[in-house]
Amino acid sequence: MANEQPTIAGKDYVRAVPNTWWLQRKTYVTFMVRELTCVFVGAYALFLLVLVSKAGDAAAFDALLNSPVLITLQIIALPMVLFHSITWINLTPKVMVVFRGEDKVSPALIAGVNYVAWAAISVIIYGIASCQG
Amino acid sequence: MAKSNEPIWWSMFSAGGVMSAFFLPVLIVITAIAVPAGWISTEGLRELVQNPVTRIFLFVVIALSLFHWAHRFKYAAEDLGLKQLGRFLDVLCYGSAIILTIIAAAVLVTL
Repeated sequence: MANEQPTIAGKDYVRAVPNTWWLQRKTYVTFMVRELTCVFVGAYALFLLVLVSKAGDAAAFDALLNSPVLITLQIIALPMVLFHSITWINLTPKVMVVFRGEDKVSPALIAGVNYVAWAAISVIIYGIASCQG
Repeated sequence: MAKSNEPIWWSMFSAGGVMSAFFLPVLIVITAIAVPAGWISTEGLRELVQNPVTRIFLFVVIALSLFHWAHRFKYAAEDLGLKQLGRFLDVLCYGSAIILTIIAAAVLVTL
């Protein structure tokens, strides 16, 4: 056709990116590790679901909590979930910009408050579990 | 601008991000270290899980963590070159989060 335009710009053009793009820089690797922490978050949520479904069956509940394979998988998941917690809390000052009057509350303070809350929550939950257990 | 469900999924992702960041590490410490080490008894934990307040708490943590996974995993998979899966990836991720949430609700109500 005579009036056909060459498509250079616009949304038709997608620059080819190799699937290994995230290996090209250290910050990209860190980003990808952070994104993949979600696999461990999801897997542990699934484990919790299976565990609570066995709460009526003492033997099955006990077996799930004492399975060497499941303990190992959880120990592997723990640093990944901790990395999620740390990266998530470090992002809170960027997502949540708090003003006190005219002044921005310092990002370190916002993150700090979240770290203190995280520690307090962890101690309380552990405390409840160990009082009952 | 085209209509999008993105804000719904994003807010679920975000809520799940907060819940999993604050609660999952201590829960893993309990289930993977304290219980096998004998610091917390399985029988005590089992009773605690049956408490209605614990059940509501666990439902919220489990469901939102699953939606957090679904959203983040979809985008990570796309970034790793699975974008051509398109709608299939959406159905796989959000669909399994929805189904598992329904199962979690059923399990925790009938416990």
